[in-house]
Amino acid sequence: MIAFLKKYEGLWLFLHSPSTIVAAMVATLIILGAIFAPGIALVNPYNLASFSLFDGLLPPVWEDGANPKYLLGTDDQGRDMISAILYGARLSLVIGLSALTIASVIGVGLGLAAGYYGGRFDAFVMRIADVQLALPAILTALLIDGIARGILPAAIQQDLRVAVLTLAIALSLWVNFARTARATTFVQMNKEYVQAAIMMGQRPSRVMFVHILPNILGPLLVIMTVDLASAILLEATLSFLGIGLPADSPSLGTLIRIGMQFLLSGEWWILWIPTLFLIALVVSINILGDFLRDIFNPRLR
Amino acid sequence: MVYFIVKRMIQSVFVMLAVAFLAFSLFRFVGDPITQMTGVETSVADQERLREELGLNDPFVSQFIRFTGDMLQGDFGYSYRTRQPVADMITERVPATLELGVVALIISLLVGVPAGVYTALKPRGIWTQTILMTTLVGVSIPTFVIGIMLIFLFGVQLGWLPTFGRGGTVQIGNWESSLFTISGWRALLLPAITLGVYQLTLTMRLVRAEMMEVMRSDYIRFAMARGVPMRQLHYKHALVNTMVPVITIIGLQFGGVIAFSIVTESVFQWPGMGLLFLESIRFVDIPVMGVYLVVIAFFFVLVNLVVDLLYVAIDPRLRLRDVE
Amino acid sequence: MLTIKDLTVKFPSRFGDFSAIKGVDMTIKPGEIHGLVGESGAGKSTVGAAVIGLLQAPGYVTKGILTLGDTDLRKLTPAQAHEVRGDRISMIFQDPQTSLNPLMTIEDQLVETIQAHSDASKTVARRRAVDLLEDIGIQNASQRIKAYPHQFSGGMRQRVVIALAICTDPEVIIADEPTTALDVAVQSQVLDLIQQLAKERQIAFMLITHDIGVIAQVADRVTVMRKGRVVETGDTAQVLGAPKHPYTRALMDAVPPLDQKIDRFRVPAVGDTAVMQGDTAERWLLEGQQHCLTGLTLENLTVTFAGPRTSLFRKPSPFVALKDVALNIRPGSIMGLVGESGSGKSTLAKAITGLVTPTCGTMTLGDTALPFGKSRSRYHPSRQLVQMVFQDPYSSLNPRHRIGDILTEPLWFYGFVKDPAKRKSLVASMLSLVGMQPDAITKYPHQFSGGQRQRIAVARALLARPRFLICDEPTSALDVSIQAEILNLLKELQAKFGLTILFISHNLAVVRQMADDTAVLCNGKIEEVNTTEAVYESPQAEYTKSLLAQTPVMPKSWRQWAHD
Repeated sequence: MIAFLKKYEGLWLFLHSPSTIVAAMVATLIILGAIFAPGIALVNPYNLASFSLFDGLLPPVWEDGANPKYLLGTDDQGRDMISAILYGARLSLVIGLSALTIASVIGVGLGLAAGYYGGRFDAFVMRIADVQLALPAILTALLIDGIARGILPAAIQQDLRVAVLTLAIALSLWVNFARTARATTFVQMNKEYVQAAIMMGQRPSRVMFVHILPNILGPLLVIMTVDLASAILLEATLSFLGIGLPADSPSLGTLIRIGMQFLLSGEWWILWIPTLFLIALVVSINILGDFLRDIFNPRLR
Repeated sequence: MVYFIVKRMIQSVFVMLAVAFLAFSLFRFVGDPITQMTGVETSVADQERLREELGLNDPFVSQFIRFTGDMLQGDFGYSYRTRQPVADMITERVPATLELGVVALIISLLVGVPAGVYTALKPRGIWTQTILMTTLVGVSIPTFVIGIMLIFLFGVQLGWLPTFGRGGTVQIGNWESSLFTISGWRALLLPAITLGVYQLTLTMRLVRAEMMEVMRSDYIRFAMARGVPMRQLHYKHALVNTMVPVITIIGLQFGGVIAFSIVTESVFQWPGMGLLFLESIRFVDIPVMGVYLVVIAFFFVLVNLVVDLLYVAIDPRLRLRDVE
Repeated sequence: MLTIKDLTVKFPSRFGDFSAIKGVDMTIKPGEIHGLVGESGAGKSTVGAAVIGLLQAPGYVTKGILTLGDTDLRKLTPAQAHEVRGDRISMIFQDPQTSLNPLMTIEDQLVETIQAHSDASKTVARRRAVDLLEDIGIQNASQRIKAYPHQFSGGMRQRVVIALAICTDPEVIIADEPTTALDVAVQSQVLDLIQQLAKERQIAFMLITHDIGVIAQVADRVTVMRKGRVVETGDTAQVLGAPKHPYTRALMDAVPPLDQKIDRFRVPAVGDTAVMQGDTAERWLLEGQQHCLTGLTLENLTVTFAGPRTSLFRKPSPFVALKDVALNIRPGSIMGLVGESGSGKSTLAKAITGLVTPTCGTMTLGDTALPFGKSRSRYHPSRQLVQMVFQDPYSSLNPRHRIGDILTEPLWFYGFVKDPAKRKSLVASMLSLVGMQPDAITKYPHQFSGGQRQRIAVARALLARPRFLICDEPTSALDVSIQAEILNLLKELQAKFGLTILFISHNLAVVRQMADDTAVLCNGKIEEVNTTEAVYESPQAEYTKSLLAQTPVMPKSWRQWAHD
């Protein structure tokens, strides 16, 4: 009985932590909403024909002058708020996840190799990481954006917006993965099972990916959740600054930027609804990240 | 120990060179400097002449050397947008950003460290849970949202504090400071808090994690077994040992502070380097972008070097070698 | 006098309460050194922690009587209890390195402790501290006291720790494995010091250890514990020499004697370990060229590591791990390699297996030369012929792989068996051969105990069909009784399959039991090499002589039962 309980200890902890359950539910709802946005949203915010200015600036359902069709009101262009935030979340998540994937693949790959080979290769990777670290995330992102703006002809700039943004965010995140992967790999290199594998004559790639990698996944998973939150925040920040996604294909950050114009004029929902939504998404991800961290570090319980 | 210091300095120089190289590549490969500077009216022949004069046809390496040399002498080139020397533009804005950054950092340390210590020593208290939940939310809110919320609350609804600009400033030599006027402080408060919140939560979590780790160590246990008074245990032993790794992270954090100042300056229209950089991005003003890069990297590297030296001064294991 | 009666400590957890110790009785008089001995999980450390009130949360004392003189320790408030700590009861731990605050000088730590329990001024406290250090045997105390912990060697550090513990004149000191991390020579000095303190200052010592030899050397009385309960208690000579309880008897049976070689340890037949039979595996190991006995010869082997760079101008001074090592391991024999930590034993193992590249010398396996690490191809036959059993059973098996995968790896890697089904049955048979249940195949390493994991490690080594086996401290991390089982296992396997073994250990008694020949390694040099009998009975080198003299053993006169 006890053995059974111990096996599912993670599950038990999950079920006994109300904040984590709530976080997981919220995150799942938002993600599902984002995935099925085209199906459930009233309005496609990218399709200029599907909304009209006449529907603009309508407040949410519980205030006077609302149109019950638009539960949370509309923005100045006449877009339904719910649709806007669902599509916005979609964009934010797509960019965040893609950036995360690129960053983790590069980072873990380099970190593993640096830990395994050590010596000059390690020093080399660390120097590059140092340079990357000297330029904080926002800076890197802004730079890449600026460079893209300078290099690419104006015509395709719009289409490549998402790609450039993803690349910019990925470049600012990879170092985290590399450092953690490197540090944990160093620890594993001293373990005897690794020495046994090397002694046998196994290929370095096999030792790294079949033997070492499964053992360093724990901390990496924690970083992934934290960095997902960072990526989403970074994208929101860039969009807010006007460098990210533009108003006609808005992400949550863009929506907030648009909403800020109405801070003083009374159409509070255009600002606060996307804001709350963004915060809810990121808080849930962070709670899940904390939960994961606690699971992998039993001493802190 | 001398070796360690020299090694670190060499690493710093390497990083600076790499960043300078990046900035230089920006200059050379993104857009054409000549067309940016002269516009469409100038004839091709004139453009060629200008190119030759500015040495833009020289080999890559010699241009890079010249570039670095110029930088070291303080000549940062001219902005494409305003035609002013970039050096002047930047030095004009440096005080605003630095003051904001330092005040924000101080706020984050003054609140973050004690909060971290408290939550580490009383892990199950109700206050601890509250603080932890608050910081969790704090970490999840983007800086610009915090700024907006503060503006809304204190600027719009309550009308207590100004929402943009620096307030009254005082000129001290080359440095234009807003720290010496009441209106300057009032204007500084909201941006500094905005900038400091994120750093604060990070600091707090770090101090907490480190302290909990230290409290579990053998020497703390041994000190308890010897009956060392609890107060001394917590502060003289645990806290001191905690701060040592925390100091290194503070160095890294300073980089974050400078970076996030871009956002805060944008929200509050604070006339600092960050705002300048944003504008330069919008207008693809390469010289300003490149120089900003180098300046930021310089600050970052400098702070980290100081922090590393501090580390050596504090930790006797790095200073003294075995006597036996 | 410290009295413990019916002490019970519980650790509540999600899965129910766990009793770490139950009904423990013990008394320690002033000046008495009382040994508390037992294998891992016996609860010895818990007893010590309970007495001084430093139980790891969430453990708590559920019942029992704990008195020191007239004071009832259980009835003290937390503040009073903290007063008692250091003043009347003190505790020292295993690792002197982590027991001292690295950022404070020795002086500060001593003065702080002295001032915490007396009204002494700083100057007086400082003077007392210096005197204390000199009493303890640290020369030049008034200068050394200003140093930091990392500037002392391991033995000196433990002395400092002891100084810190006695500077407040406690009545009782609980020593939790105080010499386990120390070299034999240093251990001997520290044990002498403890005896001296007990006699001169009439301090009662609770000496917690798993090392029976240490108990035999210094303890006046001893209590044996097993799974949280006291099994036997009494005068040391009686408990160790003529044990009454069957568990104690089995324990003493498992302790390897230093003065004679026994064929096989007498181990109780525990239901878990299946009778070792695995016919398929046996036949497979014996077929082919398997009867070719292979020896190993090393000549002039030197291994140098580049030292750390500490100065800008001077080149880093190289560290010589092995110097001019010459060894001849006869085919089919067991060569024991004895050395303390830092002597280079592990480096030697790594040089042979190619993990480390020697600077010069030759290695010959059988009749072919062994290329050095860097130049050894990944497909070199020695990679299959030479296998290793490592020290730490908790890190020698990949925690994320199933046992089945770990064990089939050598089979497909070396191309022995192509058919997956055949591989599986061979692995199952091999598991039986080493005394494990074949259903282990689907399980993960963390589901097994240390001893079981070592058996799996041996199985893995055998599945490569080696001719030469290196055992690097294979039982150092195991309890004494488990050690006996594993040593028996190794002996049997070696005899059956004609393996040549290099058995590395710091434990002289264990090596005596296993090896035909013995080599003594000190600071990278071979001090002495001869047949085991010769080395132990008539050692030639000074180092060997002092090593043998300082190893704590039970006097022969106590032994009233005999190994057969």
